[in-house]
Amino acid sequence: MISFNGLVAICLAYVVLLFAVAFTADRLARLGRGRWLRSPLVYTLSLSIYATAWTFYGAVGSAVRSGLEFVAIYLGPSIVMFGWWWLLRKLVRIGRSQRITSVADLISSRFGKSNLLAVLVTLLSVVAATPYIALQLQSVTVSFEVFGASTTAGAGAEARASNSPTAFWVALGLALFTVIFGTRNLDANERHHGVVMAIALEAVVKLFALMTVGIFVVWGLSGGVPETLARIEASELGQWQIDGGRWAGLIFLSGAAFLCLPRMFQVLVVEAADEDHLRTASWAFPAYLLAMSVFVMPIAVVGLDLLPEGSNPDLFVLTLPLSQGAEGVAVLSFLGGFSSATSMVIVAAIALSTMVSNHIVMPLWLRLTGGRASISGDVRNVVLTARRVSIVSIVLLGYVYYSVSGGGAALAAIGIISFVGVVQVLPSMIGGIFWRGATRTGAIAGLVTGSVIWLYTFFLPSIGLPIFSETLMAEGPAGLSWLRPQALFGIGGIDPMLHALLWSLSLNSLAFFGGSVLSFPSPVERLQGAQFVNIFQHSGGPRSWASGVAQTEDLLIMAQRILGPQEAIALFAREARAQGGRGDLPEPRPDFLETLERELAGSVGAATAHAMIGQIVGGTSVSVQDLMAVADESAQLMEYSARLETQSAELSRTARQLREANDKLTRLSVQKDSFLSQISHELRTPMASIRAFSEILRDSGGLSEAEQSKFASIIHDEAIRLTRLLDDILDLSVMENGRVHLNLREGRLSEVLDRAVASAAAGEGKGAMEIRRNRATEDHAITTDLDRLAQVFINLISNAQKYCEAARPRLTIRVQDLGESLAIDFIDNGHGIPREARDVIFEKFSRISDQKAGGAGLGLAICRQVLERLGGTIAYMPGEGGAAFRVMLPRGAALAAAE
Amino acid sequence: MSQPPDPRARPPAFFLERQTYRRRRLQDAARLLPVIGIFAWLVPLLWPRSGEEAPLMGSALVYVFTVWILLIVAGALLSRRLTLRDAAEAERGLE
Repeated sequence: MISFNGLVAICLAYVVLLFAVAFTADRLARLGRGRWLRSPLVYTLSLSIYATAWTFYGAVGSAVRSGLEFVAIYLGPSIVMFGWWWLLRKLVRIGRSQRITSVADLISSRFGKSNLLAVLVTLLSVVAATPYIALQLQSVTVSFEVFGASTTAGAGAEARASNSPTAFWVALGLALFTVIFGTRNLDANERHHGVVMAIALEAVVKLFALMTVGIFVVWGLSGGVPETLARIEASELGQWQIDGGRWAGLIFLSGAAFLCLPRMFQVLVVEAADEDHLRTASWAFPAYLLAMSVFVMPIAVVGLDLLPEGSNPDLFVLTLPLSQGAEGVAVLSFLGGFSSATSMVIVAAIALSTMVSNHIVMPLWLRLTGGRASISGDVRNVVLTARRVSIVSIVLLGYVYYSVSGGGAALAAIGIISFVGVVQVLPSMIGGIFWRGATRTGAIAGLVTGSVIWLYTFFLPSIGLPIFSETLMAEGPAGLSWLRPQALFGIGGIDPMLHALLWSLSLNSLAFFGGSVLSFPSPVERLQGAQFVNIFQHSGGPRSWASGVAQTEDLLIMAQRILGPQEAIALFAREARAQGGRGDLPEPRPDFLETLERELAGSVGAATAHAMIGQIVGGTSVSVQDLMAVADESAQLMEYSARLETQSAELSRTARQLREANDKLTRLSVQKDSFLSQISHELRTPMASIRAFSEILRDSGGLSEAEQSKFASIIHDEAIRLTRLLDDILDLSVMENGRVHLNLREGRLSEVLDRAVASAAAGEGKGAMEIRRNRATEDHAITTDLDRLAQVFINLISNAQKYCEAARPRLTIRVQDLGESLAIDFIDNGHGIPREARDVIFEKFSRISDQKAGGAGLGLAICRQVLERLGGTIAYMPGEGGAAFRVMLPRGAALAAAE
Repeated sequence: MSQPPDPRARPPAFFLERQTYRRRRLQDAARLLPVIGIFAWLVPLLWPRSGEEAPLMGSALVYVFTVWILLIVAGALLSRRLTLRDAAEAERGLE
């Protein structure tokens, strides 16, 4: 009989072997030499974590209790694997191209990166997995106890097991192993080479162990296949007596759970190195399951025959060889059970910790720190710590559940409960990848409905007393009999598993469908929906993930485009030297990729750089989130350049304004100079004649009366001219400074014109000019400074008198009513004003010709100033025959503003 | 590593090439496999459950496992012929 200590030693040796395998595999993978680690065989074997201690030990118990039913648990996954072309292929492709890290991530990504959904799935998975982990701990503990209890095998083992320290140490050891190999590196694709290799080894061990026990039973104890069959038919299990509902239900349930269990998703999708491996696994994994189950029935029957009445059938695999003295077989079988339990706990802990840290801890942490995590190393440490803490907590949670529940229930029952909980994800998952109309609201509704029904009808009743009393179970809450947990809507008498499965999944699907149909998806959801459902149109053909030099060349080509050829080649050469390799191309190791990404990010933005490198190295398609990040970045760039553009436009506008201002100042300066010289000239001429004639009057005595009077009147005339000139200048400067006082009165336009014509004719005295007016159009009431307006008109009329060279000079005064304002045109029949002079006629001292110079050239300038003050304008009208001026005069309203 | 034929090289044919046609039918067969499995494994539901008529456990066991083995063999044969490259080609092409 092997001692308890001997058994512990064997376990420790086995664990050390696992450590060594995992360590070596990790190391080889990091060196890029572990291609054979990722063969289809390893993939297939890693799927075997489906067969846990529950199936290793529990299948025989299940066979004893309910006949062939145990096979159904294997048939479901086999059907799913046979149907890989329908579903798994799509799931793996989506998982790869969208960089899915867990079931929760899949559901949340599909429905617009909804974190609420991810949290729901995570919580559901943790709740469902906890009893399952407890189950594994129980099975290891119980199997230890079997050896400890030696001959009284099985019977009392369970009772002792629940308070033994074994479970605690096993839990601790598993947590340690998982922490070491599950969080060793933080791979964007969440792949763990070491762990996968270790569980592949464990798969071989447990298959080998079970086969050995089976062969021992069939050929050692029964004497061959026909004898075994005869023995089966002779036993109490000899007849086919399966509940049809449970048979179909279990096949469906196990198939669904195979897809939805977080640990299965981890090995099936997340750890999948190559889509092509599915091809092999599609038949190899069913073959593995077949091999695992083919000996279950013989072991059960022979165990019933040979072992004493009341032995625990869950432990037949162990106790049968032990009772027959085949200790070696028993120890092997123990190791098989041990590996089943450990591999399940390890992968489940990794999968769940990924979900917990990604969807619960990290969002919380980011919110608490206000997203200040700008340094990548910062986040990395937080993620790793979160993973480690999650792993330990999940395993310990299982341990707590185990020690609190006492571990009494039959193994199979707990497994089924866990399964039903986990498959609540199924409608959202299948709906999400095949139906574009599925929405986030629908997924949430379905998940919540299904989980609540599962908790109410199956999970909580299984815990029993403190929460669900017997009265509640028998009569329903508050006496509502139609709400009895195991007979919803009064339909009782069904198997509890079938009842829970039926109601939870059907109402779940209904809520999912209803919620999806009635709600409207957000744009991200719709994009993701299209990407998921049409994944084969969107993603490229299957590419291998293996890294190689070919990728480095692609990276170099891309980097050259972005960084420039010289810089890119220099960077690659530097990295290659840093890696210690020969040649100019470095291996695409994570640190190199990080460096490259940082370099590129400087040019194109972080998100764009990440997406570009991911496209080349990961073979992943660019996700909507990536695209949105890229769009954000380019929007920022565009905004930045737009800001620059605006600034430069503003600068050039300012410069133009400055230039204009400078020109104007220069012009003004020139104008001022000419004004001064003009004015001194204008003042000088009359002064000269005044001086000359006054000197004549003073100095020459003998002047006749007539001469005296003539000279005096010349002096007088010149003085008047001088006064008029000074008056004009004063007038203009007053008006230019805006200090003029307007004397507003109401009057009629025709009267003003009458006055102007009369006074202009009087002033000139010739009367030779014919003035044409149409009095009918002139009769408008105006409110303005009538004297000033008359001054303008006088000026225009006398200008015409002065400058019109026609033989029979004629001035036409035309008044038009333009609604808001009046247009008064003064058109003569002379030559008009030459084109080049038209610009300057309204300037001070501008005279067109000197021939008939009667004034100082201030007239039109004054007119313009007056009209400006009166709210009107004056302009030269070309193309009217002679000189033509148009005076625009507001009807009166604008004056107030001008005042 | 055979490249998929360049579609620009010649006008698209109305019928698929013989080889491509075969591959399509292989895919159909792969799709049918789980359906056959479901059907065959649900047949036991039709068996009488108790009394004289009920089949013996031994024969039930043999039936379930025989179906299993046949499916595995069929799956293995199919998957040897069916490469994912063909699949990708088919998914993108005019099915």
